[in-house]
Amino acid sequence: MSEIFTGAFWAQYGGIILEGIWDTLVMTGISTLVAYILGLPMGVIMILTQPHGIRPNKLVYNVLGWVINMGRSLPFIILMIAIFPLTKFIMGTKVGVKGAIVPLVISAAPFIARMVETSLSEVDAGVVEAAQSMGASTFQIVWKVYLPEAKPSLVLGASISLITILAYTAMAGTMGAGGLGDLTIRYGHQRNVPSVMWITVLILIVMVQMIQSTFNYASKKMDKRLNDEKASDKGFTALAFMEKFRKGC
Amino acid sequence: MSESIIQIQHLTKTFGQGPEAVHALEDINLDIRQGEIFGIIGLSGAGKSTLVRCMNLLEEPTSGAVIVDGQRLVWMEQNRLRRISERELRLARRKITMIFQSFNLLMQKNCLRNVCFPMELAGVSKGQAEKRARELLELVDLKEKALAYPAQLSGGQKQRVAIARALATDPKVLLCDEATSALDPTTTASILGLLKDLNAKLGVTVVVITHQMSVIEEICSRVAILDGGSVAEMGEVQAIFSNPSTDAARRLVYPGGVRAAAEYIRSSRAVRISFNGGTAYQPLIASVAIDCGVKLNILGADTRNVGGKALGTILVGLPEDPNEAAKALSYIRAQPNVTAEEVDYQHE
Repeated sequence: MSEIFTGAFWAQYGGIILEGIWDTLVMTGISTLVAYILGLPMGVIMILTQPHGIRPNKLVYNVLGWVINMGRSLPFIILMIAIFPLTKFIMGTKVGVKGAIVPLVISAAPFIARMVETSLSEVDAGVVEAAQSMGASTFQIVWKVYLPEAKPSLVLGASISLITILAYTAMAGTMGAGGLGDLTIRYGHQRNVPSVMWITVLILIVMVQMIQSTFNYASKKMDKRLNDEKASDKGFTALAFMEKFRKGC
Repeated sequence: MSESIIQIQHLTKTFGQGPEAVHALEDINLDIRQGEIFGIIGLSGAGKSTLVRCMNLLEEPTSGAVIVDGQRLVWMEQNRLRRISERELRLARRKITMIFQSFNLLMQKNCLRNVCFPMELAGVSKGQAEKRARELLELVDLKEKALAYPAQLSGGQKQRVAIARALATDPKVLLCDEATSALDPTTTASILGLLKDLNAKLGVTVVVITHQMSVIEEICSRVAILDGGSVAEMGEVQAIFSNPSTDAARRLVYPGGVRAAAEYIRSSRAVRISFNGGTAYQPLIASVAIDCGVKLNILGADTRNVGGKALGTILVGLPEDPNEAAKALSYIRAQPNVTAEEVDYQHE
């Protein structure tokens, strides 16, 4: 292990570790962003169309719920292999960072939809009713009540989504996606250079901690409720979802 | 005072269908006049919250008509319920706003932004909305809390912000759904005082939904008593208080009090004396004893001050001797503002 303090080690591996970090960040960032573009409206539609929602619609609610459950019940690694042809069709390749983004998005969007749904369901129904009584349109209720009122909870949810997707990128790495996961497998496992593995592990831990504490801080800071009512202090209910989801992998 | 602002005609609301259907409201007819403070009282489950939600269509009635400020919100056409378009309804809702038991303020927005909110929805420019919001906060005596968040306020202050918010679109009607039920008595009194004030100052019609008789006494001019989904009794508050004619009304006006006394009655003849304003605090019973030499047994009493006038009832047992009883009865009946009604309590 002491070799990690030598210049020779960094001369040999420094470049690929940096590259791995970059690839992981790109994959996580882009996938999370695109998955939110898909998952956020899905979560909003679930809240609006639920039986006691402001636009109840059994058909939409059930079909969308079914689609989300389908997406969530497939373990990521299997989904990734199963949709190789689709990935190839969309991105022109099924390997590398580009190849990982499609399965990451498809896997994370339903997860994010449930997270968003959970966060929005924490918004007091009375406040929504009050907005309705003032003549707010459905769009206004989403845009000016649901999303702003749930913002601290959505931010907490985003940290969980990010961390989950970060974990997926490591799995995608085993299928040739690049990034820190790939590095661990190729160097740590196949070439038996444990120092590289330990460094990637360390980097991942630091990344997760940074994401979690930054988002926690941001959520707490923006939350205008009393301390014990804040999303960050109440114990985010979406955490329970994540636990279930992880076990499914 | 006479023009009507809300008319409810033959309104029914049924939840569910078939044998499990719940008839929440049955054939409700109300006529609320412009500028009055109208109370709707009932025990929980009587349907008052459903009824008030039918007035702004947060709840769609099953049948009947709702007319607000001359505009039909729902009506019947060839036995089918028709309603105005979403767009028209959203506009109509600016004229009939609402406050709630749990205040329902936006927790992530400060007071000023909360009051601005309905104006923001209506497309009022930000500067103009803010100016008006500050005026409204001043009106409800919360000027200094403009930048505070709801979590930093007491219950009474939150309700004041909610009232300011409800007034932001210059409504003709303010619906208050159990608006003071979550507040302590002192705060309740101050909120009721504010509502009374606003009613006088702005001429806004106030509809108060409550299960507390004291709230009705305090501010309402007329009241409808809702029982089991229909209107049991409706009229001037004083008239209903001094002489509740239905069971539902009696239960609300004298919860427990007079009825419970029946258990202790030994004599077979009793008289319910009603004070119709003015003399509740005169020593009537003592006067009977001194002037007629007849001793009455007080079995139960509930008197109160409504709008500055004394109202209430006393239940007294008459003496066994029929002469004495008749003497006392005629003495009581000769008093001004008092009615005496002989009641047989053995059957109650």
